[in-house]
Amino acid sequence: MKKVFKVQELDCANCAAKMERNAGKVAGVQSVSINFMTQKITLEAEDDRFDAIVDEVEQVMKKVDKEVRIVR
Amino acid sequence: MKKLKKRLYKILLAFVVFLFANFLPIEIMFEVSEEMQDTIRLCIYLVAYMIAGGDVVKTAAQNIVNGQIFDENFLMTIATVGAFLVSEYPEAVAVMLFYQVGELFQSYAVNKSRASIAELMDIRPDYANLKDQDEIRQVSPEEVPVGAMILIKPGERIPLDGIVKSGESSLDVSALTGESLLREVAPEDSVISGSINKEGVLEVQVTKEFGDSTVSRILDLVENATDKKAETENFVTRFAKYYTPIVCILAVLIAIVPPLLIGMLTGTVEQGSDGTTVTFLAGVLGSEKSLWGEWIYRALSFLVISCPCALVISVPLSFFGGLGGASAKGILVKGSNYLEALGNCKTVVFDKTGTLTKGVFQVQDIEIFSGTREALLTYAAIGEGYSGHPIGNSVKDYYYSEMKTNSNALEKLLKDATITEEAGYGTITAYADKKIVVGNAKLMEKANIKYKTCEITGTHVYVAVDGICLGCLVIADALKETTKEAIVTLKKLGIEKTVLLTGDRTDIAKQIGESLGIDEIYAELLPADKVTQLEVLLTQKKKDMKVAYVGDGINDAPVLARADIGIAMGALGSDAAIEAADIVLMDDNPAGIGTAIRIARKTVQIVKQNIVFAIGIKVLVLILAALGFANMWAAVFADVGVAVLAILNALRALKI
Repeated sequence: MKKVFKVQELDCANCAAKMERNAGKVAGVQSVSINFMTQKITLEAEDDRFDAIVDEVEQVMKKVDKEVRIVR
Repeated sequence: MKKLKKRLYKILLAFVVFLFANFLPIEIMFEVSEEMQDTIRLCIYLVAYMIAGGDVVKTAAQNIVNGQIFDENFLMTIATVGAFLVSEYPEAVAVMLFYQVGELFQSYAVNKSRASIAELMDIRPDYANLKDQDEIRQVSPEEVPVGAMILIKPGERIPLDGIVKSGESSLDVSALTGESLLREVAPEDSVISGSINKEGVLEVQVTKEFGDSTVSRILDLVENATDKKAETENFVTRFAKYYTPIVCILAVLIAIVPPLLIGMLTGTVEQGSDGTTVTFLAGVLGSEKSLWGEWIYRALSFLVISCPCALVISVPLSFFGGLGGASAKGILVKGSNYLEALGNCKTVVFDKTGTLTKGVFQVQDIEIFSGTREALLTYAAIGEGYSGHPIGNSVKDYYYSEMKTNSNALEKLLKDATITEEAGYGTITAYADKKIVVGNAKLMEKANIKYKTCEITGTHVYVAVDGICLGCLVIADALKETTKEAIVTLKKLGIEKTVLLTGDRTDIAKQIGESLGIDEIYAELLPADKVTQLEVLLTQKKKDMKVAYVGDGINDAPVLARADIGIAMGALGSDAAIEAADIVLMDDNPAGIGTAIRIARKTVQIVKQNIVFAIGIKVLVLILAALGFANMWAAVFADVGVAVLAILNALRALKI
């Protein structure tokens, strides 16, 4: 499944790049791209665990900047 | 934005405390020893530091726990803590403050510009007025099914593609095409989502679901455009990856190696006979008594400069600005890479029909051999009376407009006519007691009719009545009004070669190509031949020079795909063109090509400026810092100051 979410409080381009790298390493993530300019994350992951994976990705992103939020 | 305000207050508070620490007359207020006075001052500085940079230190600590070293928080922490350790208290606090101000301004500028670009691209309709059994409900566009009736009031955005069922109005399509001219619509006209209804109330039957509508497709394209990165962007990413560690290693080396070396060499230098050299060396190397402090300070300045932020932010932002500026002009670019390629474009290849020309056959000229103009047109129209062929239609259209009549009048005439079609030649008609022959030269020869060969380029339709040729209609595909100017603009922009590829006849292609001043003309090509011809052009070009192909997206998808940059025109409503091309001109106007090239060049230029400027200043300050001529203030400027300036420069890409 591939979905696009809005990301809030993403306010540094370097962080976005870092988050993207780290989010790509989360188990079950097939592809992920975090777009700083449009403040969006495009996530492709296994269907059956999709929601759990989104949560995990958010946690990984929060490690870089704790204010950041995925809008679901 | 709330977050920004909080940060601003923190900075102001820290600044006040910092002023206190600097100017508080402690020696008057407290009667304590000098040493004690210094300690009090240090404490106030520390308070100011924690207010200003507490978050930075905390994030740095957290990141280390999470296994992320070498980010800017960490580097700033090391640099400022280091400054404290070498007793540069005001410097430590001021640098942190300055850094925070810069960061704040940077976030503000990025957010603002991001928002203003996003606004340019925002054509998303918020709601649809769904008509449901005489009741009107406001629903989200996604919920409206195909076939439903929606109502669009003046001032509202059309939410879905559809066909007008009642009402008349003019539509503002500038958000889609950049074209400011209003488009008139009446019942049975199709309307496109994203355009704005200016006048009357329209009732529209929906023909496409929101997901398939023009507006969604465009948004999809624009929003994904920044995912396709330009070569320069990849260069910046690679550069950033190596830059930080290299500068950090240099910092460590600077902190350790020179003091050790100087320590060993001091004796020799002092014995030197040239006094000025010694003084200069002492200035560059630092005075002996705080040798270690001096070099550590220089190393700390290095750390401050080691963040590649200015590049990491400003380069993608410049491209984003370019994409935004282009989309505001009705030019959709599918990726930063295509914008960059277009900036280096030196050859533009055109398709003819539908690109340079309107793609509609029109009677361009008539030549009368005998009889009246009226008779010629009327007999021609009768002869083509039942024709559905584009040429026949153009003859009839010309007859209607020239004779100020309509199809009803023609139908009355046709009652007396018996038309026999001669496939590939024309028609022979028995009309009252006359025999009308309408068709090409071959038909005239076949029917043994004497005729003069018409010299005007185009498709010829001869008209003969009872064996006498009355004249000839010349039918051709008319040039678009802006084509000529568009080619002139391209030449002015320094495009070295323009090429015409067409399936049309050589004489027609030559006539059009030469009148426009196109350099190379290749005619009578099948779609596959166009690809072959384009490949020849691709091998002829110089390295780094790109070839753009401009087509209308109808049956030239392979060529669009093969070119370095495929540009499709008139994409409003044509899905195939949006799929096949790299750059999409929303309207039919070939002048968009020049505009796109200008935007691309400006963007690429801004990106280059930012790269040279950012790297230049950083390297310069690094060198000065190593020699002891730049302090930490200069270093902070080289970090955040440069970033802010680069961001402001990037914003220029938006304005064309």
